[in-house]
Amino acid sequence: MKDALGAPQSLLVLGGTSEIALTTARAMVAERVRRVVLAGRPSAGLEAAADDLRGRGATVEVVAFDAAEPDDHEKTIDEVFAAGDIDVVLLAFGVLGDQDADAKAPAAAARVAQVNYVGGVSAGLAAANALSRQGHGALAVISSVAGERARKSNFIYGSTKAGLDAFAQGLGDKLHGTGVHVMVVRPGFVRTKMTEGLPDVPLATTPEAVAEAIVKGLRRKSSVVWVPGQFRFVMSALRHVPRPIFRKLNI
Amino acid sequence: MSDGPSADVRPTARRVRLNGWGRTAPTFADVVRPTTREQVATALGQRTSRGVIARGLGRSYGDPAQNGGGTVLDMTGLDRILAVDLERGLVTCEAGVSLDRLIELFVPFGFFVPVTPGTRQVTVGGAIGADVHGKNHHADGSFCNHVSSIDLLLADGTERTVTPESDPELFWATAGGMGLTGLVLSATIRMTPIETSLASVDTDRTRNLDEAMALMAETDEKYTYTVAWLDCLAKGANLGRCVLTCGEFAALDDLPAKKRRDPLRFRTGSLLTVPDLVPGRLPNKLTMGLFNELWYRKAPKHKVGQLQSITAFFHPLDLVQEWNRVYGRTGFLQYQFVVPFGREDGLVKAVETISRHGAPSSLTVLKRFGPGNAGFLSFPKPGWTLTLDFPTNTPGLARLLRELDEIVLTNEGRFYLAKDSRMDPADLARMYPRLERFREVRAKVDPDGVFVSDQARRLGL
Ligand SMILES: Cc1cc2nc3c(=O)[nH]c(=O)nc-3n(C[C@H](O)[C@H](O)[C@H](O)COP(=O)(O)OP(=O)(O)OC[C@H]3O[C@@H](n4cnc5c(N)ncnc54)[C@H](O)[C@@H]3O)c2cc1C
Ligand SMILES: NC(=O)c1ccc[n+]([C@@H]2O[C@H](COP(=O)([O-])OP(=O)(O)OC[C@H]3O[C@@H](n4cnc5c(N)ncnc54)[C@H](OP(=O)(O)O)[C@@H]3O)[C@@H](O)[C@H]2O)c1
Repeated sequence: MKDALGAPQSLLVLGGTSEIALTTARAMVAERVRRVVLAGRPSAGLEAAADDLRGRGATVEVVAFDAAEPDDHEKTIDEVFAAGDIDVVLLAFGVLGDQDADAKAPAAAARVAQVNYVGGVSAGLAAANALSRQGHGALAVISSVAGERARKSNFIYGSTKAGLDAFAQGLGDKLHGTGVHVMVVRPGFVRTKMTEGLPDVPLATTPEAVAEAIVKGLRRKSSVVWVPGQFRFVMSALRHVPRPIFRKLNI
Repeated sequence: MSDGPSADVRPTARRVRLNGWGRTAPTFADVVRPTTREQVATALGQRTSRGVIARGLGRSYGDPAQNGGGTVLDMTGLDRILAVDLERGLVTCEAGVSLDRLIELFVPFGFFVPVTPGTRQVTVGGAIGADVHGKNHHADGSFCNHVSSIDLLLADGTERTVTPESDPELFWATAGGMGLTGLVLSATIRMTPIETSLASVDTDRTRNLDEAMALMAETDEKYTYTVAWLDCLAKGANLGRCVLTCGEFAALDDLPAKKRRDPLRFRTGSLLTVPDLVPGRLPNKLTMGLFNELWYRKAPKHKVGQLQSITAFFHPLDLVQEWNRVYGRTGFLQYQFVVPFGREDGLVKAVETISRHGAPSSLTVLKRFGPGNAGFLSFPKPGWTLTLDFPTNTPGLARLLRELDEIVLTNEGRFYLAKDSRMDPADLARMYPRLERFREVRAKVDPDGVFVSDQARRLGL
């Protein structure tokens, strides 16, 4: 249950090894979160993440979860809720893919969509339904500024995030007034293992900044948070750039 | 047969957003408003796996009368007086009857409720669930000290009459048990005889906290009702200055001749409603500082024998209905703790911390508790209790409250569950040494955890 100051006590992370998610989990454990469930593909990294949070005083469960296997999502997520209320679900899994290679291998490109969008839809719905049944809680979905307008350099990933983003917005509107809060998180370039080796870009940010924005957005019940905040204006400008010009931009 | 609506007109459940008086942490639940015992039993039988909790008038500040995703039984429909024994001052009534109603009905017959909180808009069920206390705690104890019998509907659907003699374990688990042992259907209360409906009140203004504490220690045994209002924004030599009011129901002889003709006359007073549209930032440090100053100045330095109405003396806040709306959308929280006698340093430190922080608590109340009762989760124990309330958007509030938590814990203090909306669950067992016994009783009468609230989930009660 959230307390009067909006601090949650329990957290389910879908994509349990995500750097952004774990940084957020650490920030929340430093406040009132005591129960953390890390759902992800079993790995040493996932166990290490659990141990790290245990070391910070949380009770941590590890649950096997593969975003690419939507048939299992409902059962896996329902079991987590059956063991106790979840105040916040953080949908964090995602793959960046390799645009150039994926463009030449359609099946590989489809896998990016399978994880980011298809997996997001089934896991997002399963989580939202469970939250509705308990009559309270929040679902934070990590989208990306890349979904705001697909760029030629990154449109496969970008389109999956566009789909996920639209899905989460609609879900949020559907659930408005039921006690379930859906929040879309749109980070720009974040220095994590996902972007390792990629050249830095303007407005690049850190997992800590994203975590802070998520925690604050949940407390304020924001429906969308941009990280860094300037992206809201950058993207609203970019959205209106005419196609012929946008096409030529080197971004 | 009951005289209410026939049992086959079943009240339907509605999914409703619920919060406590502080208007924080809302959740959605299926609310049913039964009007007969049969309907209560039916609603209990129709529960889902998310369980059931009773709700009275929702005057608890946090989430004890909420049950996200589950059933909440609005008990205010059980509002009948079942038996009255004016000889012995015994009233048996259903759990949804408010103290307001009891006062209105019985003051004219020369009886007052044995204990009243700072608002009389609470139900008998809520008064038992939180084992509420009032200005007379040092003299008379808390509400359940004056309850001789409770009809309780248990998780398995059976009804049991519980008295402190017949089933002390269940009685004292229910007293202060925050609705988690079962549904109180009705109770028998020993009322307090009064000769008049007016309180004779003595008021004293003290320059600081030390002076207030000394005076309170001295006056407690002389008066049945005492309480001090504290200016938590005052600093330095004025730290913790108070307005102390002490009173007694006036005897017939205390009244001027004119009033003696109708000594038990009782009127509620006019009510004013605060609209929902007040901006969320109204009470702030500046306005509260001003308000505190005025309140303090307005009080006489020393005055005796002033006659005050029940409302003016016991329930001044009730004159403004839904005053909780002045805090606007963000809501507010109450922070009430008790530290035992001998731990005055802790109290002083807490007041210093609040004053240093400059947090604008509008209603800060200081009171001395007498002995506690056997209630496993009953709040009062001998010592000093301080009640504060803060808008939740007060800057740095979370940090300030953690600092205060630490002071309360190291001084063997504890928090009041009816006011709690944010305590650290890890602190609970230390504060309530009889928590395990409470859990044992609950495990016996409700092994599947049918009765559950948001607060119970939040604190792992
Ligand atoms: C302005 C103000 C001043 C106050 N001053 C004081 C004070 O001086 N002293 C004090 O002690 N308290 C005080 N309180 C707190 C208040 O007295 C308690 O919170 C009380 O429990 C509220 O009663 P209610 O009927 O509104 O119950 P609710 O708030 O609706 O419920 C309180 C608890 O009782 C349980 N409950 C209610 N009905 C039943 C039932 N029929 N069967 C089983 N369980 C039930 C609920 O499940 C819940 O756990 C004050 C509150 C306000 C708003
Ligand atoms: N980093 C950025 O610049 C950036 C910017 C905007 C948005 N985002 C989004 O932020 C989210 C978190 O990313 P991050 O930066 O924290 O990167 P990260 O550390 O690489 O996290 C990605 C996570 O997705 C998980 N995942 C991938 N495929 C999965 C599958 N099939 N099933 C279950 N989990 C799977 C990974 O788990 P494994 O350990 O099993 O691989 C990992 O936990 C992603 O949705 C990402 O798209 C990132």
